Amino acid sequence: MNPFSSGTRLRDMIRSIRGCKTAAEERAVVRKECAAIRAAVSENDQDYRHRNLAKLMFIHMLGYPTHFGQMECLKSIASPGFPEKRIGYLGLMLLLDERQEVLMLVTNSIKQDLNHTNQYIVGLALCALGNICSAEMARDLAPEVERLLQFRDPNIRKKAALCTIRIIRKVPDLAENFINSAASLLKEKHHGVLLTGVQLCTDLCKVSSEALEYFRKKCTEGVVKVLKDLANSPYAPEYDIAGITDPFLHIRLLKFLRVLGQGDVDTSDCMNDILAQVATKTEPNKNAGNAILYECVATIMSIEDNGGLRVLAINILGRFLSNRDNNIRYVALNMLMRAITVDSQAVQRHRATILECVKDSDASIRKRALELVYVLVNESNVKPLTKELIDYLEVSEPEFRGDLTAKICSIVEKFSPEKIWYIDQMLKVLSEAGNYVKDEVWHALIVVTTNASNLHGYAVRSLYRLVQTAGDQEILVRVAVWCIGEYGDMLVNNTGFLDMEEPITVTESDAVDVVETAIKRHSSDLTSRAMCLVALLKLSSRFPSCSVRINDVIVQYKGSLVLELQQRALEFSAIVDKHRNIRSTLVERMPVLDEATYSGRRAGSVPAVVSTSQGAPINLPNGVAKTTSAPLVDLLDLSSDDVPVPSSSGGDFLQDLLGVDLSPSLSQTDTNQAQKRGTDVLLDLLSIGTPPAQSNSSIPEMVSPSDDSKSAINVLEQLSSPSAPAGGVSTPPGSSPMMDLLDGFAPKPENNVPAYPSIVAFESSTLQVTFNFSKQPGNQQTTIIEANFSNKTFDAYTDFIFQAAVPKFLQLHLDPASSDTLPASGNGSISQKLRITNSQHGKKSLVMRIRIGYKSNNKDMLEEGQINNFPRGL
Amino acid sequence: MIHFVLLISRQGKVRLTKWYSPYPQKERTKVIRELSGLILTRGPKLCNFVEWRGFKVVYRRYASLYFCMCINQDDNELEILEIIHHYVEILDRYFGSVCELDLIFNFHKAYYILDELLIAGELQESSKKTVARHIAAQDSLVETAKEQASSLSNIIAEATK
Repeated sequence: MNPFSSGTRLRDMIRSIRGCKTAAEERAVVRKECAAIRAAVSENDQDYRHRNLAKLMFIHMLGYPTHFGQMECLKSIASPGFPEKRIGYLGLMLLLDERQEVLMLVTNSIKQDLNHTNQYIVGLALCALGNICSAEMARDLAPEVERLLQFRDPNIRKKAALCTIRIIRKVPDLAENFINSAASLLKEKHHGVLLTGVQLCTDLCKVSSEALEYFRKKCTEGVVKVLKDLANSPYAPEYDIAGITDPFLHIRLLKFLRVLGQGDVDTSDCMNDILAQVATKTEPNKNAGNAILYECVATIMSIEDNGGLRVLAINILGRFLSNRDNNIRYVALNMLMRAITVDSQAVQRHRATILECVKDSDASIRKRALELVYVLVNESNVKPLTKELIDYLEVSEPEFRGDLTAKICSIVEKFSPEKIWYIDQMLKVLSEAGNYVKDEVWHALIVVTTNASNLHGYAVRSLYRLVQTAGDQEILVRVAVWCIGEYGDMLVNNTGFLDMEEPITVTESDAVDVVETAIKRHSSDLTSRAMCLVALLKLSSRFPSCSVRINDVIVQYKGSLVLELQQRALEFSAIVDKHRNIRSTLVERMPVLDEATYSGRRAGSVPAVVSTSQGAPINLPNGVAKTTSAPLVDLLDLSSDDVPVPSSSGGDFLQDLLGVDLSPSLSQTDTNQAQKRGTDVLLDLLSIGTPPAQSNSSIPEMVSPSDDSKSAINVLEQLSSPSAPAGGVSTPPGSSPMMDLLDGFAPKPENNVPAYPSIVAFESSTLQVTFNFSKQPGNQQTTIIEANFSNKTFDAYTDFIFQAAVPKFLQLHLDPASSDTLPASGNGSISQKLRITNSQHGKKSLVMRIRIGYKSNNKDMLEEGQINNFPRGL
Repeated sequence: MIHFVLLISRQGKVRLTKWYSPYPQKERTKVIRELSGLILTRGPKLCNFVEWRGFKVVYRRYASLYFCMCINQDDNELEILEIIHHYVEILDRYFGSVCELDLIFNFHKAYYILDELLIAGELQESSKKTVARHIAAQDSLVETAKEQASSLSNIIAEATK
């Protein structure tokens, strides 16, 4: 005999584990016990198998690995005695689950036990099968279970019924075999069998329409009668709970009736009386009664229309809603959510109470109520409801604010009757809970504001006022800074004054104060600071008197450790200092942003926005971690290169923003398209609406070798595409970053050999494609493109296929790809060579449509796009 | 359908777990940790339902123990409260005013009783008496087997003396 196994009894082990003062002590005890059990297992010790299994289960419950006990369970089940089988089955259910291969080994033992003469052993086997059987076991053992549904002992019949539920959930095809025997269970008198039989029939209906039809025809009346007898039954002590006979059976019968009545008028009619009786006669004093009423209401709401019953149901919910018990109120809110599709008027009547529930101290109730309010809002009640919600926002708990803010913003955006109201509400939200507002929400606010030209002054004055009191709300400050930059003059001159406004006097330096405070605040992040710099630049032109002071502020950021800020500061201070003559044109007011385009784009870009905001922090080249997506992009959500732009829309969103097609004027300067992309972004930040040719002439001294500018612009590009790996980017020492802004317009020296920069040809949230170009010497018409694909998700792609199509004047030849598998997270790439011959070389530039197909997580994915940012001259 | 049953003590110790839906071992530990954080921190007057990962967890506190059951969104929460109470009453009758220690040292008994009450995440029996009767019958089967075994070993011991 094993010297260890006889050592401790289960009780002693539990006691010694409980006596442990530290986790380390506990681990030591468990390790010792496990060692002893392992030794016993390897010696095949039968005397103490029972005890060892029990110990293992306890150890398992504590969270320690116990896989070595699995075979012991099987052995125990196979032994003849009841005690061994009992503990063996318990261990089987605890230590294993349906996914383990070991489980298959037990199928035969279970089969034998299902045919055992001792009904309790049959019961054990059924219980185990019902709790953990896999699809294969379900198929193998279904006939035995079907037979047991007619077993003489009710204890076995009820277990077999529940076991059948598991079987048909695993293998719905088997449902048909059980319909008849399940129907016969409905005639039982034994509550346990009836209870499980009704449940089985309900589940059968869910997986098989044949079963549903059968039960509808044959059993509806029977079930109604059972419920009637039950509801009218005299006091039965064995089943009584709070004065109601077997509420569990009540609930299951109601549930079954719901399934039968749904979508069938005749069947629904058949149950009207009994539902009315249950709804009116059930005592609502205790939880059991309320549970039945709740189920009854659910059934009334789901079956075919009967006006009278629905009124009854809504009234019950109204009573529930005013109940003091939180549980009852919770289920009422839950059910009203379903009732709203049936009768929204009736639900609207309870609006005030529901609104009170939004302010409840219980998070579960608040959540339900908020969701309900959200669906209750319509054009007619949006104003009072929003007011209530915003008032509550002021006092709500921090953990609830995120949800609440999101819902308010969404309500305001969806139902706002007029722009001024929208702006007012959004500003209120921003000043209360600005930090919970999502980026796209405040971006939208800016777009809407630019569109409401009569409200520019009003908006900027309101923002100015709010910033004085709620200057700690970063998002509010961002919007305020943006508006002050744009409409600072309106703030000072009180342009567009509305009657309802309070008069306000703001001096130019007050306005600059706001921006300066914001940029100097410690908590301001990169995006805010970057926006502040732009605003300062704009104000320097709007308020010439402050321009020296502004330059002083900007200059402080010339030494910023954050590249983005440093670059902006250098560029802007150069503009303020040296280029007075072009400054006012550079910083003209932003053209009106197209709301429809923006909202349309927003709808399409939501996933992309989500992915960038959740992505890993990007390390800027100078080592500063930045969690938000790049500020340039963020300003107006210009992340168009993150989103597969629908090729039908054709035009670049950037151009839409400007309202000006820049490409012709830019093409004159013969810069390549990659540069253009970089400058584009800057251009619209600076609101340049004029052809850059003008500026060209005025800044001859800015001409610099193109490779310098290229690298600087690359940095810029890198920032504007947050998902691109930032590692390889650095500014070459000695190049002057302030050059690049205006370099884009400089004519390129004629003798420059055309070396074509790589482009990001296509980018989506999942995939990036870059093109590298080279020319065959002596053949100007043919371009060799090396396409590199990299995977931005955490799943590898297989069956990767890249296809491309070109217009007739081009000829395309595709070489085989380096691989058809693309590893996850950019760990490697696929490259593929393309050869394009341009028969109209010099007249037309390249253009290409692409389609990329691959499998990710075994799902077929397809991405399409159009590439028209090829460098010119290919 | 009940996806799982958890018994957690006030200190976050697990006293019983029963899984009717497949959760891998690692996931189980995570679920338990997540739910104890969610449930044990709730105040006494709040409702007994917690929304979690698209499911609902219905819990009820008895002295130092939380009984939790995870159900689908559209299941009847109030009924689950009744089921929990039903289970507790049966435990109470079996152990004679049950306490946490009973459930620690006789955890297997608590499981046996649960298996007479729930199978496949569905209620099996609404009569407390019936459950008690089946448990008693099976306990006595075990007792008889033990007695037989010990008398057998006595006989062997006698014979080999």
